[in-house]
Amino acid sequence: MYPAPVTEQPAYFRIGYRVVLYVAMLLWMVPLIAIMMTAVRSQSDLLAGNYWGAPSHFALFDNYREMFATSPMWRFFLNSITVTGTTVLLVLVLSTMAAVALAKYRIPGSTLLFALFIGGNFIPYQILMIPVRNMVLGLGLYDTVWGLVLFHTAFQTGFATLFLRNFIVSLPNELFEAARIEGASEFQILRRVVLPLLRPALAGVAVLIFTFVWNDYFWALVLVQSDSAKPLTLGIAGLKGEWLTAWNLISSAALFAALPPVCMFFLMQKHFVAGLTAGAVKA
Amino acid sequence: MTPIILLFFPLGLFLLMIVWPIIQSIVISFYEWDGTGPATWVGLANYRELMDDSQFFVSLKNNVIWIVLFLLAPVFGLGLALFLNQPLGEMRIVKSVFFIPLVLANVIIGVVFTWFYDPTFGILAIVFRAFGLEPIAILSNEYLVTFGIVIAALWAQTAFCLVLFLAGLSQLDAELIAAGRMDGASGWKLLRHIILPQLRSVTFVATIITVIGSLRNFDLIAVMTQGGPYGSSTVLAYQMYDATIFSYRAGYGAAIATVLFLMMSIWIAWFLSHTLRRETRGG
Repeated sequence: MYPAPVTEQPAYFRIGYRVVLYVAMLLWMVPLIAIMMTAVRSQSDLLAGNYWGAPSHFALFDNYREMFATSPMWRFFLNSITVTGTTVLLVLVLSTMAAVALAKYRIPGSTLLFALFIGGNFIPYQILMIPVRNMVLGLGLYDTVWGLVLFHTAFQTGFATLFLRNFIVSLPNELFEAARIEGASEFQILRRVVLPLLRPALAGVAVLIFTFVWNDYFWALVLVQSDSAKPLTLGIAGLKGEWLTAWNLISSAALFAALPPVCMFFLMQKHFVAGLTAGAVKA
Repeated sequence: MTPIILLFFPLGLFLLMIVWPIIQSIVISFYEWDGTGPATWVGLANYRELMDDSQFFVSLKNNVIWIVLFLLAPVFGLGLALFLNQPLGEMRIVKSVFFIPLVLANVIIGVVFTWFYDPTFGILAIVFRAFGLEPIAILSNEYLVTFGIVIAALWAQTAFCLVLFLAGLSQLDAELIAAGRMDGASGWKLLRHIILPQLRSVTFVATIITVIGSLRNFDLIAVMTQGGPYGSSTVLAYQMYDATIFSYRAGYGAAIATVLFLMMSIWIAWFLSHTLRRETRGG
């Protein structure tokens, strides 16, 4: 282990380490602590310049009541859920199919496909913007959540396929051969043998794609216009201009939008980290 | 037969929504086009115009600032990883807290930091006043604005590098470290000669993804300044969007996107060659 474990050091060193650790953690979290503290404050506190003292009263619920009453925040939330949920489902189905094909069959040009999927993941969105926008317009999906679902599904499938492919490659070939000898068809193998083993990898992909799509701003900006189709990110950016200095409302809204991915992360941290580091460190 | 059925939809969607639009964008860059009406072939005129566009050079300069400052993320990430790589009971939670910026939407980070920097309400202003100084409106200052945005972006990027380096540290060869310690190496020397060589691959991935990420950033600029004041905080990604959507110059926008795409292709190709080489070695 490097650096040498503090647990082997004298007591004063261990205590010193912990103090520094918690101070660092606190500093790291200052932006988040700031919005939490503002979300529980009333507008009158902010106007009086009371940003950091004790709030004159606990206004979190008032802020949320006002936020939901004066903005289509529920609509935004439902749109985000629809776009993210549908995309994650579609990507899981499509990428499992593609990953099995790439991992267990010899396909001419599979290295090129592999490269395409990795490279596609890193290209700047702007090189896709004009054609994708026109395509979505042409399909009559502009300003609907389905245009977003279509694009996100296409984009995330590349990444998900890579991740799943690496996982399937590591499954022993004997497993497939044994099933074939038993007379199972290729689709039965996929359903009965591969899918059950794939579950942890699918969980990792799902949580990563959830986060990517939930947090998307650019495509919402390009493919959506009206409140009825806006996801939370776009909605909040718009409200920032409307509410101006009502930082208590903006903070409440930001907290509301951040909660689902943060919860998801805490529930599935292991999968999340595994997904993110796949490819960066050797498996 | 089976692999073709399996690949048909995922690959078809990917080719249609990702690969084909890239080609289309490059073609559009040779046209003068408002995005909806008829397009006229102008050859390289859009690119020649770029060479005389002072805004284009402001964007390029800012892109360079972004890359250089963003390279601090792997450095901070490694430092933080070394600091946090300790076998304490509470470390799991502590690490999760440090990972949180990773799952926050850029829009939320942008909103929080806008408020941070606000010259009347912001935390920075309070700090300035505490030292008896006049607060600086960072986001309205054409010399400081890009630095202000990059600092906000560094928060999440450092968290990303931290995840990678922690994964790298967890896979260090214990015997090599023990042997190094045996030979009397410790602290800095151990890090320099035993640890860092083992982290080479992780460092490469962290660095190159950071560079690519710095060139892709759009959300923070859109949310915090919309390229202002007076276009002083634009980057290519933002200028492309601005030219296409607000100035109705799709051809010119496509040319900017193509330049950005070519700049990023170099890094993507480098990353690809690294990944594919490891793939053939490992698989």
